[in-house]
Amino acid sequence: MMLLELGKDLILDYTLRTVALGSATLGVVSGALGCYAVLRKQSLLGDAISHAALPGVALAFLFTQSKAPLVLVCGAAIAGWVATLFVIGIVNNTRIKEDSALGLVLSVFFSVGLVLLTVIQKMPTAKQSGLDTFLFGQAAALLERDVVTMASLGGMTLMIMLFFWKEFKLLCFDSAFGASLGFPMAVLDVLLITLLVIAIVLGLQTVGVVLMSAMVVAPAAAARQWTDRLGGMVVLSAFFGAIAGVGGAVISSSAVRIPTGPTIVLSISAIVVFSIAFAPNRGLVWNWVRSQRERKKLQIEVVLNDLYTLASQHADLQHSHSTAVLLAMSANRGNVRHSLRELVSLGWVENVNTDEWALTSEGVIKARYIAERQE
Amino acid sequence: MKNYSDTFAIEVEDLTVAYRDQPVLWDVDLNVPAGVLMAIVGPNGAGKTTLIKVILGLVRAAAGRVSIYGQSYSDQRRLVGYVPQRGSVDWDFPTSVLDVVMMGRYGALGWIRRPGSRERRSALEALDKVGMRDLAHRQISQLSGGQQQRVFLARALVQDAQIYFMDEPFQGVDATTERAIVALLQELRAEGKTLVVVHHDLQTVVDYFDSVTLLNVRRIASGPVNEVFTETNLRLTYGGRIAFLNRTEDQPAETQNIPHVIKPAKVENDATGIGERSNP
Repeated sequence: MMLLELGKDLILDYTLRTVALGSATLGVVSGALGCYAVLRKQSLLGDAISHAALPGVALAFLFTQSKAPLVLVCGAAIAGWVATLFVIGIVNNTRIKEDSALGLVLSVFFSVGLVLLTVIQKMPTAKQSGLDTFLFGQAAALLERDVVTMASLGGMTLMIMLFFWKEFKLLCFDSAFGASLGFPMAVLDVLLITLLVIAIVLGLQTVGVVLMSAMVVAPAAAARQWTDRLGGMVVLSAFFGAIAGVGGAVISSSAVRIPTGPTIVLSISAIVVFSIAFAPNRGLVWNWVRSQRERKKLQIEVVLNDLYTLASQHADLQHSHSTAVLLAMSANRGNVRHSLRELVSLGWVENVNTDEWALTSEGVIKARYIAERQE
Repeated sequence: MKNYSDTFAIEVEDLTVAYRDQPVLWDVDLNVPAGVLMAIVGPNGAGKTTLIKVILGLVRAAAGRVSIYGQSYSDQRRLVGYVPQRGSVDWDFPTSVLDVVMMGRYGALGWIRRPGSRERRSALEALDKVGMRDLAHRQISQLSGGQQQRVFLARALVQDAQIYFMDEPFQGVDATTERAIVALLQELRAEGKTLVVVHHDLQTVVDYFDSVTLLNVRRIASGPVNEVFTETNLRLTYGGRIAFLNRTEDQPAETQNIPHVIKPAKVENDATGIGERSNP
């Protein structure tokens, strides 16, 4: 019932619909491009870009006295871009490593942004209010034209990504090989980072500079758990981003005064936790089950092997032996009784007396096979 | 096809490369005739990988010239195939064996165009040659070291090049894969291709290669194995850190088979001095 209500609201309620569409757009764009950042181990770059965007927003407002999203987003993009150039410059020209360079640039730009924001707050005009929503995001402030701007910019970004699909894949997987083929890898690198900057600044108004990097990293990390193909990863990551965006925006606008950033990030975190735990092949639960199965199989093989070794000292390979002997052989470790029950249910061992066990003919064949494999 | 035999396949002239103040390659001259299977041998930090990377235009030279069949690399790159070190990429990247091999066609495809059924076919053929066709659709993280190396070789094969540069293709592969790779290299040479291979194992140089370049920042020597791969040159390259088996006592029969060549037994970290020459 509640879901039905919600669905109706999403379609009919203007505010909620705008908020949901905007959040879905940012989720799709940052989810898709985030894959490249994650695969290139540049997750922190997203963090630096988003934090660095804050002074850009503030300066754009100071210079233009306008709060039009396009103006602020442009300021954010330029600042994010400049920050990236600083990082690259520091890495290339000093002995400071990339992680430290990212940390430096992030904190310096963010502090400048905070100072500027405080200055703007203290200005005597009334126009400045609302700029601080860029810190933690406020999806409820989205207007239809904002969403149109986001969707067209985001759509363009995704088109470029698809256009250079093959080249970007080469850049992420084996850049040196790509360069040997004659592709200008440095140019592609700058292009891909530019797309990432656009993806990040698109989400700033909704998610905020503090948490935006989560929307770059988290959907991609979750998607990687479920698929082994780049295409699948990008699609799934975009999908996760959209779900988290809409979910977070709806939660934020239905409760009073919760900023959108944290709710969106909590939504995507839930998806990440679920993916890390339950995804087939790479998930923790799956791994645990697999290792248990392997362990059990190994234990069974040990007992079968012991029985075979014992029996081969008799003329009859199906000669029976007591549990005590088997226990002694495996030094009371490895769950011998349980393994024996398993072996009986497999039909490889039979229980002769209450406490005596013998190989069946099928068990002899199995034991021989295992013994040969071990040699 | 054009007849390339009148010029050298690769010409390197006065090449110097430096990282910061440290020279990595110093005034290197190198002429590689077409159709040879050449090892580049030298101690760690000798600049072997850098030499390949400079030739391929991946590292900028401080001075010097490189030409491929008499012209610059950028004009001739379609003639060149490259096998980077296996460890240079992330093998957990979400892609399949077939996909990686098709990357060898990206250069010929050019911008934007996607690989299609033709690229697929040539990739499968190349996988067949390296004995990996059954694993074409496997995720690359599930491959063993030897299989990873075969994938890289298959990727170079679909480049359909005249000259191949390979950076330690025998690094960390099992004996079976090593034999398979050697057979493949020799087959390529028989087809008239030129191969330049960075190699670490001095013991196999004589068996696997017909030419060798000894490198330690400077080029020590370069030419046919039986002329160049001598104790004097090796000592110049490795700075006396080589121990030789005394083959006149241990294995006289084998020494007679290769009268001009010394087989170094192993490279040791500490200076243990030079053993006796095998055939005085």
